[in-house]
Amino acid sequence: MKTQSIAELLSEHSILGRFDTDSIEMLAGCARNLHFGAGEMIQREGEPAALVHVLRTGDVAIEISAAHIAPTVVETVHGGDILGWGWLIPPYRTMFDARAMTEVSCVALDAACLRGKCDADPMLGYQLFKYWLPHLAARFRAQRLQVADLYGRDDD
Amino acid sequence: MIDPVRIPSALLPRLFRVVENCPELSDVSTLAILPVDGTLDAGRPGQFNMLYAFGVGEIAISISGNPSDNSALLHTIRNVGAVSGALCALREGATLGLRGPFGTPWPLTDQTGRDLLFIAGGLGLAPLRSAILQALAMRSAFRSISLLVGARSPSQILYPAQLADWAGGGALRLSLTVDRAIPGWTGMVGVVTTRLERALEGCDPANVSALVCGPEVMMRHCCLALEDMGVPSSAQWISMERNMKCATGSCGHCQFGPDFVCRDGPVFRWDRIAERLRIREI
Repeated sequence: MKTQSIAELLSEHSILGRFDTDSIEMLAGCARNLHFGAGEMIQREGEPAALVHVLRTGDVAIEISAAHIAPTVVETVHGGDILGWGWLIPPYRTMFDARAMTEVSCVALDAACLRGKCDADPMLGYQLFKYWLPHLAARFRAQRLQVADLYGRDDD
Repeated sequence: MIDPVRIPSALLPRLFRVVENCPELSDVSTLAILPVDGTLDAGRPGQFNMLYAFGVGEIAISISGNPSDNSALLHTIRNVGAVSGALCALREGATLGLRGPFGTPWPLTDQTGRDLLFIAGGLGLAPLRSAILQALAMRSAFRSISLLVGARSPSQILYPAQLADWAGGGALRLSLTVDRAIPGWTGMVGVVTTRLERALEGCDPANVSALVCGPEVMMRHCCLALEDMGVPSSAQWISMERNMKCATGSCGHCQFGPDFVCRDGPVFRWDRIAERLRIREI
């Protein structure tokens, strides 16, 4: 079986695959392959957001937990998504817990490395916003619908 | 001598009897009914009947059972008001009035060879269930059948046992998501639009026919998202809800621009009404 390079994996991703070849190579310089088993924590709320998880396959639950309640899933993200945005916003902390619901394969980009490359090469930073922002906007739009309570009353 | 007033048959309720009242959710019941005399017209998937709770009133309820099953006519009803509450309270043996079936059906027979995508939000699964059952009965006519269901929370998922049967039997590809999880829920969380890409996996968007039923906002967002993904607007249908009263297009209560939802709908092709849905006054 042929082993794919990180650049090849990134070029197959629905969002990062839109970058030009040079930019993909630059991103690949910050990246490594990661795998999580079902049930494994990918990140915990409040930790330094050191990695950007570019999800290739699998499902991830974004959870809220507190001392008196069991973890509750607020959103699920999937292969083709990019997990989290805390890595881009100072002080660079993760905002929610994330747990693998299934086997998850992802490419993890080192956040500090990525920020450094975007600072050094504004065109790379621009591509990141150009291709990632629509994805973020779609998720925000979906979350607005989620809180709009479209389906009527409930007795939970 | 003055002739007696002739009442058109479409306006004359027939007497039906409840054979079963099956609770589905805390405020939702399915009534199985049969005509007291005469034959049963099971209608076509997507059509609706006017159900009359004696002394209370009449409302439009979609047919939600198997169109080829003549053992009873099924209607799934949410208790949201006086009439729906009275209907939900009917027990076995009680009688009610029925006019119908009315309206346009889901255009299933025109979709041969295509990838069928059913999208149901909340109680919208009820009007789609008939169409899903018909599609499953003619399974080989379609390239694939997918069902995407969105519910408010796990306890509000309609027909959970039937969904499990359909998915378990491999007859269709099921994707289920809730807006609000509860502790212990291990399924997907998010609105149905977040699952569209997954639902279209393995399909050429140009070959997809989407049948969508749920709250109007949900349907609008779904259809727009499907268009963005390449599903032709002429291959999407939604089931509209308006204030249906006469069910014959005579009273005007359900007027929707040039159409009457009870007569020209409730199933409309998306490209015919997409622009109209953006007009708030309609």
